[in-house]
Amino acid sequence: MADLSIEFAGIKAPNPFWLASAPPTDKQYNVERAFEAGWGGVVWKTLGEDPAPVNVSSRYSAMYGPNGDVIGFNNIELITDRPLEVNLREIEDTKRNWPDRALIVSLMVPCEEESWKRIVKLVEQTGADGLELNFGCPHGMPERGMGAAVGQVPEYVEMVTRWCKQYCSMPVMVKMTPNVTDVRFPARAAFRGGADAVSLINTLNSITGLDLDRMVARPIVGSQSTHGGMCGPAVKPIALNMLAEIARDPETHGKLLCGIGGVSTWRGAAEFISLGATSVQVCTAAMLHGFRIVEGMKDGLSRWMDEKGFARIEDFRGMAVANTTDWKYLDMNYKVIASIDQDKCINCGRCHIACEDTSHQAIDKQLLADGTNLYTVKDEECVGCNLCEITCPVDDCITMVAQDTGLPYMNWTQDPRNPFRE
Amino acid sequence: MIEPLKHLETTQVEPEQLKARFSDIAPPLTERQAALESARCLYCYDAPCVNACPSDIDIPEFIRQIAQDNVDGAAHTIWSENILGGSCARVCPTEILCEQACVRNKADECAPVLIGLLQRYATDNADTSSHPFTRAQPTGKRVAIVGAGPAGLACAHRLAMHGHDVVIHEAQPKAGGLNEYGIARYKMTDDFAQKEVEFLLGIGGIEIVYGSALGRDISLSQLQADYDAVFLAIGLGSTRTLALGHEEAPGVMSAVDYIRELRSTDDLTTLPVPESAVVIGAGNTAIDMAVQIKRLGAEEVHLVYRRGEEAMSATGHEQALARDAGVQIRTWARPDAIELDNDGRVAGMRFVRTACDENGRLVDSDRSFTLQARAIFKAIGQVMVSDDLAPTLEISGGKLLVDEKLRTTLSGVYAGGDCTGLGQDLTVEAVQQGKQAAESIHQDLMAAGDH
Ligand SMILES: Cc1cc2nc3c(=O)[nH]c(=O)nc-3n(C[C@H](O)[C@H](O)[C@H](O)COP(=O)(O)OP(=O)(O)OC[C@H]3O[C@@H](n4cnc5c(N)ncnc54)[C@H](O)[C@@H]3O)c2cc1C
Ligand SMILES: Cc1cc2nc3c(=O)[nH]c(=O)nc-3n(C[C@H](O)[C@H](O)[C@H](O)COP(=O)(O)O)c2cc1C
Ligand code: SF4
Repeated sequence: MADLSIEFAGIKAPNPFWLASAPPTDKQYNVERAFEAGWGGVVWKTLGEDPAPVNVSSRYSAMYGPNGDVIGFNNIELITDRPLEVNLREIEDTKRNWPDRALIVSLMVPCEEESWKRIVKLVEQTGADGLELNFGCPHGMPERGMGAAVGQVPEYVEMVTRWCKQYCSMPVMVKMTPNVTDVRFPARAAFRGGADAVSLINTLNSITGLDLDRMVARPIVGSQSTHGGMCGPAVKPIALNMLAEIARDPETHGKLLCGIGGVSTWRGAAEFISLGATSVQVCTAAMLHGFRIVEGMKDGLSRWMDEKGFARIEDFRGMAVANTTDWKYLDMNYKVIASIDQDKCINCGRCHIACEDTSHQAIDKQLLADGTNLYTVKDEECVGCNLCEITCPVDDCITMVAQDTGLPYMNWTQDPRNPFRE
Repeated sequence: MIEPLKHLETTQVEPEQLKARFSDIAPPLTERQAALESARCLYCYDAPCVNACPSDIDIPEFIRQIAQDNVDGAAHTIWSENILGGSCARVCPTEILCEQACVRNKADECAPVLIGLLQRYATDNADTSSHPFTRAQPTGKRVAIVGAGPAGLACAHRLAMHGHDVVIHEAQPKAGGLNEYGIARYKMTDDFAQKEVEFLLGIGGIEIVYGSALGRDISLSQLQADYDAVFLAIGLGSTRTLALGHEEAPGVMSAVDYIRELRSTDDLTTLPVPESAVVIGAGNTAIDMAVQIKRLGAEEVHLVYRRGEEAMSATGHEQALARDAGVQIRTWARPDAIELDNDGRVAGMRFVRTACDENGRLVDSDRSFTLQARAIFKAIGQVMVSDDLAPTLEISGGKLLVDEKLRTTLSGVYAGGDCTGLGQDLTVEAVQQGKQAAESIHQDLMAAGDH
């Protein structure tokens, strides 16, 4: 059995599955239930200064797939709405009861040195393992000069991180907002400020949909709405890209990373880890299905690791980073062609119409004597775009087959067709 | 009144139980079920299901409309090809039509999208407070239709849409044809046939003259003289005979005649029900008869066919339905004699065992057996009543001869549905032929008008 335990900035955890700072980590009752269920760590719901914020009623909305499954989850909640003192007491208790789990505390206070100094010292006294600085909350808090309002300004990120490192001895992780054009800038700033790690992503500004009868977006508060923060499966591709950007940025390459955003299966976790994350955080999946989901994630990950011969998380962590590059370094001589397995084909015609209407016209439709259609790839027209493989509803029916062109690796910077060749 | 069986007792089954036994055999989908089922459709291109639907409904399109919560749009897509889409959704043998062609039968999945039930969902739940189709400018042309079954009604609706005025002559007191008088009671419940007729007539421009029979009250030559075109949709009138002795004895009757009463009555407890019955035939009518008489309370029901199961025209699904109902299916046996009791009423039937010789011909063996039965139902096929039509119209194989435009051999006279030799005798085929005939009539009338 593969060893799932990790060490993260000196914090030990039995597995890399942590709960993200959110309602499931808002109180001792939940967190202890999560630990009982097997989670390796939690990031406590973001603490702020008293008086605690007040939430509105009707807070979440979702974007659904065709089977009614939640693809994107959106919320307009603020940071914890419980008094600071209550949270601190419960954190202390919980850590004492569960010494082997990672317990990190998320923080967000006004951008003033005194405020940060005061709160990090209070948290340090609880015995918590580390801090996560919430510079990401995209709704509500930025209107008060906090959350994403800080995360979007690299100078502030660096400054606040430096204060925290200065006034406590705990490891500090900075949580990135994805609501920026280039995540590398705030990430670099965090590490310049002395951060031990960055975690990403927080939620994305979003409107999931409208009530077209009432002409108002969801979630609805009275007759109004406001943009929320989106998470869940829909944001995973954005999170993976941002993680990869930081992992392969020469300035931050090799730094400690925590992956967040749309993790709901062991496979998602394996993807984040392969792109450099040491641990992953989960919110939406646990909110929708309960803490029990961690069992399947741990089991799946360790079986996959066994199958691949990875004994520890470190054995495959970051393995996909080097293969993630700029477009200009891709091999112009690489060529794949679609191949249809006629035994598996169910004659739905989706590949044909997709290719026909998407400019390549590389899949031929031929009416057979028995009234069914035969779909075949015109090799010379196929550009190897993967569209047919993607739209095909049958597993492994269309595969993209690498062709032996006999040509060596040649990227765009070397390509004679490049008018700006260096 | 069912004359040949009036000596038999009525059913012993409790009214409540009867009601349950004749309630909807395939209950409608709930909104949630429809959402899940519609999401299973792969929205195929050049979809096999469309090619398999005799009435050319754009199935992937209407299912996608359901999936997008556009039920009115879905129903419109269905009705624009098949104005009797509601009854077809209930009666079509989808297992040999659209659903058989569904690509989800393959792919190691073996579970087609439930197209029939989705079609029913759309047509049942669409808003019909105003008729969904409008009529074109009046053409001033008048068309006579004989028969208000699926073929006649579909033709009438399409003609009305094109701006023609239509008069339907219907021999019976109600419209709908076999939808009203023939379809198994549990396939179409709650007076649906009449509701659908009412919906269809909502387009306007269609008049139905009830109790008006061709050959009795009106003549073909008169219709030709009075109208710009005539469409014959008279279905099949009478049941084939067994050509045995005692066929007129009490206890012997045509399945279709019994079913007509079964469908028409408000009170199933008034129907005479034999303790034991034999049904002769191998088609859906035979199955419907056997299943319904069993559900009415007959203890023993034998369905007997002279060939093997694979040769039965009833689908596998229908045969399974009969078996589930407790009907005994006996194959390779031919009726040989009707046996009577001392009062001259049916007491049983003797059969000769049959076999196939090496040339595939059916031959008698020297073995025979007898089944006890208080009633014998004939379901060996319907034939067209052509007395009033021949010799002016050419008949082929006992049915009206038409070309691919549904024209008979008489100029200006068209025909469609069961009374022609085209396609299988199914409701959906009748609708399609009615629709196609309307298009032909429209084209011919408009072309004639140009000159
Ligand atoms: C018992 C039974 C069960 C069936 N079950 C199914 C099923 O489950 N699914 C399916 O798809 N198909 C089924 N069918 C077949 C289907 O009902 C027919 O194919 C369809 O009704 C044919 O439509 P039509 O309009 O051609 O004829 P019909 O429905 O027979 O309509 C003919 C109309 O013309 C009228 N008419 C006849 N002669 C005259 C005249 N001389 N003057 C005036 N009017 C006249 C009749 O009264 C009737 O209204 C079944 C048939 C039977 C008999
Ligand atoms: C209801 C809700 C409340 C959240 N509150 C916080 C918070 O207080 N602090 C924080 O850093 N992130 C918060 N998040 C963001 C999550 O921690 C996490 O970054 C995000 O949901 C992406 O992960 P996921 O796709 O697994 O849900 C919240 C998310 C949700 C859904
Ligand atoms: S969810 Fe429902 S009842 Fe509640 S607080 Fe949230 S949902 Fe309530």
